[in-house]
Amino acid sequence: MSVAEQSIAGAEARGHGFLASSVGRKVIMAATGIVLFGFVTVHMIGNTQAYLGAEGFNGYAKFLHTMLHGAGIWIFRAVLISAAGLHVWAATTLTMDNLAARPVGYRAQQNVASTWASRTMRWSGVILAAFIVYHLLHLTTGTVHPNFDHTNPYANFVSGFKVPAVAGFYIVAQLCLGLHMWHGVWSFSQSLGLSHPRYDGLRRGFAYGLTFLVVGVNITYPIAVLTGFIH
Amino acid sequence: MAKHFNLTLHVWRQKNAKCDGKFVEYPAENISPDMSFLEMLDVVNEGLIRKGEEPIAFDHDCREGICGTCGMVVNGRPHGPKERTTTCQLHMRSFKDGDNITLEPWRAEAFPVLKDLMVDRGAFDRIIAAGGFISAPTGSPQDANALPIPKENADLAMDAAACIGCAACVAACPNASAMLFVSAKISQLALLPQGQPERYLRVRDMIAQMDAEEFGTCTNHGECETACPKGIKMENIARMNRDFIKASLTYRPATIGGGAG
Ligand code: HEM
Ligand code: SF4
Ligand code: FES
Repeated sequence: MSVAEQSIAGAEARGHGFLASSVGRKVIMAATGIVLFGFVTVHMIGNTQAYLGAEGFNGYAKFLHTMLHGAGIWIFRAVLISAAGLHVWAATTLTMDNLAARPVGYRAQQNVASTWASRTMRWSGVILAAFIVYHLLHLTTGTVHPNFDHTNPYANFVSGFKVPAVAGFYIVAQLCLGLHMWHGVWSFSQSLGLSHPRYDGLRRGFAYGLTFLVVGVNITYPIAVLTGFIH
Repeated sequence: MAKHFNLTLHVWRQKNAKCDGKFVEYPAENISPDMSFLEMLDVVNEGLIRKGEEPIAFDHDCREGICGTCGMVVNGRPHGPKERTTTCQLHMRSFKDGDNITLEPWRAEAFPVLKDLMVDRGAFDRIIAAGGFISAPTGSPQDANALPIPKENADLAMDAAACIGCAACVAACPNASAMLFVSAKISQLALLPQGQPERYLRVRDMIAQMDAEEFGTCTNHGECETACPKGIKMENIARMNRDFIKASLTYRPATIGGGAG
């Protein structure tokens, strides 16, 4: 039974602040989600340069590392790490609250409006977190890459994806990203209070369109290497 | 006269808030398709009473879809399979001979089961008491046209005010979130001039109480909207979030000398 059983929380509870409140944490989740999806989209666009060959791709990597005299990439990293940390924190605490809110389940629950994507957000999220760690160790630091060359990102990318198990994991991770985006891109606008009957269809359309674009293009990279189109 | 038929019920039986409960099977025989769902339960209960057994406890009052008390989960859906229908408005013609029907109480930490299918929805009352009202001095009524209200706002406020507090939204939500209910109660006032003075205080107070009652949080599944017998829209949740963001950004702590000049 809830602590609040007999009482009106009132002014003290109101003072518990934005970050402690459920809606406040939803807003954090949505705002950080936008940063992360924004990054994923830009990252996808940047990587299309893999199709320009080694010179184009390595030039792009060099640009990333030298912009603003090398400070640029660290600014990006700081923003992304904070966003990811806050997102995972909000997702974890909210998920725990939600599980606690229904300690006894139904024998015959029928889901009518929710989607597979919406019900698996926490799982697609956890797989994404694992993937992000792996991806950084693989192509950023090279820690888990068998023949990593700090001066040649293009070669790292090609030789990395030549391993079918690695390429397979990247593809699975992209499908999880797709699930997360399918629901998340629509969901964040709702959480931030952006809903209007005239634009609601557009919000859904934007979510599905962006999901297909980002995931569709990202999946071509491992496939292009595996099939020898990129070599 | 339409043909009568037989069903099998699987009902959650629980003696009181402290005991564990379990599902018990009951036959429901000779059921008329013209009966309401609650009348069908009345018939089953009469049989149980005649046999000297404890009847199935369920909440009900108006039996015409306006009081919001008759909540139960029928085959995994709050208020049964029909949209925009409360359990009391559900007719047995929605079922057919030989059907199995599982009946469960609303499941939420915030709604302890009192007995069988009855839950304590006092959490909703406390959310309303935390801010779901306006503090208007009474007196002689003012002229009806003194407060201009756009037609659209009046309509939207009326739509939100259709909420009967049945809690089907909580029951349907995989997170047991009460946000559809709370947002309807916030919107009906936020859309009207009378609700403005306390608008941003209200949203923080009601959400604080909602959290204190240990409801879950909305992840935008949309189950609530489909389950709601009154067609309350998720757009209200967006409005509530919007007001909460604004309230959090602009809130000023109370000062002792406030307004002293
Ligand atoms: C690149 C990585 C990620 C991106 C782009 C992302 C983005 C998003 C967005 C935009 C939302 C919707 C926010 C809202 O509805 O208010 C969301 C929700 C969520 N995310 Fe993530 N997320 C990522 C990683 C993660 C990780 C690592 C986890 C878990 C450890 C996670 C778990 C969740 C959960 C549980 C939700 C709530 C479900 C919901 O609102 O329906 N996400 N995510
Ligand atoms: S919003 Fe709908 S489902 Fe929820 S309490 Fe109100 S009438 Fe019932
Ligand atoms: S008994 Fe009043 S709404 Fe069903």
